[in-house]
Amino acid sequence: MSPQPARRPRAVPQGGEDAAGRTRPALVTAPPPGDIRGDLRLIAEMVNPGARVLDIGCGDGELLAFLAREKAVDGRGMELSQSGVNACVSHGLPVIQGDADHDLADYPSDAFDYAILSQTLQATRNPRLVIANLVRIGRRAIVSFPNFGHWRIRLSLLFSGRMPVTHLLSHAWYDTPNIHLCTIKDFVALCHELGIVIERSLTLDRAGQPFTLDPGGGLANLLAEQALFLLRKA
Amino acid sequence: MSAQKPRTVPGEVAWPGRRLEVAEPLRLDCGALLGPFTIAYQTYGTLNAERSNAILACHALTGDQFLAEPHPITGKPGWWASLAGPGKVLDTDRYFIICVNVLGGCMGTSGPKEINPATGEPWGLSFPVITIADIVRAQKLVIDHLGIETLFCVIGGSMGGMQVLQWAATYPERVFAAVPIACAARHSAQNIAFHEVGRQAIMADPDWCGGAYLTKGRRPARGLAVARMAAHITYLSERALHRKFGRNLQNRQAVTYGFDADFQVESYLRHQGIAFVDRFDANSYLYITRACDYFDLAAEHGGVLANAFRGTKTRFCCISFTSDWLYPTAENRAIVHALNAAAANVSFVEIETDKGHDAFLLDEPEFFATLRGFLGGCAERRGLAAR
Repeated sequence: MSPQPARRPRAVPQGGEDAAGRTRPALVTAPPPGDIRGDLRLIAEMVNPGARVLDIGCGDGELLAFLAREKAVDGRGMELSQSGVNACVSHGLPVIQGDADHDLADYPSDAFDYAILSQTLQATRNPRLVIANLVRIGRRAIVSFPNFGHWRIRLSLLFSGRMPVTHLLSHAWYDTPNIHLCTIKDFVALCHELGIVIERSLTLDRAGQPFTLDPGGGLANLLAEQALFLLRKA
Repeated sequence: MSAQKPRTVPGEVAWPGRRLEVAEPLRLDCGALLGPFTIAYQTYGTLNAERSNAILACHALTGDQFLAEPHPITGKPGWWASLAGPGKVLDTDRYFIICVNVLGGCMGTSGPKEINPATGEPWGLSFPVITIADIVRAQKLVIDHLGIETLFCVIGGSMGGMQVLQWAATYPERVFAAVPIACAARHSAQNIAFHEVGRQAIMADPDWCGGAYLTKGRRPARGLAVARMAAHITYLSERALHRKFGRNLQNRQAVTYGFDADFQVESYLRHQGIAFVDRFDANSYLYITRACDYFDLAAEHGGVLANAFRGTKTRFCCISFTSDWLYPTAENRAIVHALNAAAANVSFVEIETDKGHDAFLLDEPEFFATLRGFLGGCAERRGLAAR
């Protein structure tokens, strides 16, 4: 496996974290003890108890462990970093070393009830193919990503004339693993193009708290820092 | 199990340990019927009342059943002594570990070195050619004999990993967890090529006598040593060899302009070759390398490896090592892909190390941590009490 930055799972939002982008990013608000990161909790709420789940870019298995504990899911993970995989396996979580671009093709269709891709889409080499694979492998797919249409990013580029660096996208342009950034509108358009049904969508603020806005509308694209989608093939 | 004295070549010692005398002939892949025959095996730890804590550890090409105790010939620690023992990863306080000398082997199980009961002579080349599936069939007889319905885990590296895959494919309902390490689902052309070099080295030794050296009181020691030397290189990595030896000279200040072992690496390999001859039978080496060469699990399942694991409930943990060029990560990953395609429960870890293929026999912290975690997780599901 060639660990090129472009294939690394997960954007790393904070400076001082693993520069290789190898851990699940911690957002600004620390989760309460015993709880998990806000956006992960929202993902977990979308998953039915007892489901079969594939978490792609599962990091150290935080979401998988939570889902196993709280929802009794039959969970599997995929993670590129050895440290992440080892952390999962040593906690009894079935995880394979691999990445979304290369290894999703090997899974049969409808192998899982949910295929989850959290904060990783923008770091994949072929996001279109990855999304198509997600809805093929999973009866449902859950995708979250940082919104490049957020007003701070727009203003940053407008006024500074430099590539935006935010708390969610904290890398300089020359060393970022995030090579395929998109806005919420872009994502919705791609789903339409691929004939994918958006069953649910959530827009999240800086702290990962949900607020209600039509994801197809311009306001959500301006105000949401992240978005979370529940998808299925038509 | 029988108290019957194992049959060995006259003048040879009988190895200590447990024996299963099999009266019923075993149908082999080559079509031959083998029997009666003997299976030598060792166990460590205690089988619990539910018979649910048994781990079958499968040894590699030149390994044997003495996994966690000093070797009866060399006196060296068992080949997995760093992994197996009280409180260790393969915790003998918690698990019951079984290790069976493979069919065709030379440590007590019937093989070319042993006496053919039909003729009263050593089998030599009249011993039938065996396969990995035959080796597993023989192991299953031991598991049946011990009254174990489901093995908690089948684990092994290299050729041992092939046996793990064969177990999982042939007897899926009897394997709760499977750990194939540093192996492949089929022998590659390169794997076969290296084995052929070893076999030709043995057969080129005049003392091999067309395989009948035992009846002639000779031993193809030089040929077997060369086979071991060549194979040993494939177990290491270039970096490990360089780190260990570089171009260092052996007990001398300058090269001698001759063919003595000037370099430390030569001296090391010669030592490996000579030490091996003391504990291994040349014909066994031919038979067991052949069993590896014939291994192609997909071929048994219509050419689709995933079909070998269709519907399996076994939990798999595949492990490879970055510097292993004998059974590289790509070969191990092919197994993982097939398991994914069969929607199996599989974990896969590639361990970063420069120690080459041999890493599966060495104390690699990440490797041990992975195994400990996987086995612990499985034991919890299996309801095995933690200690």
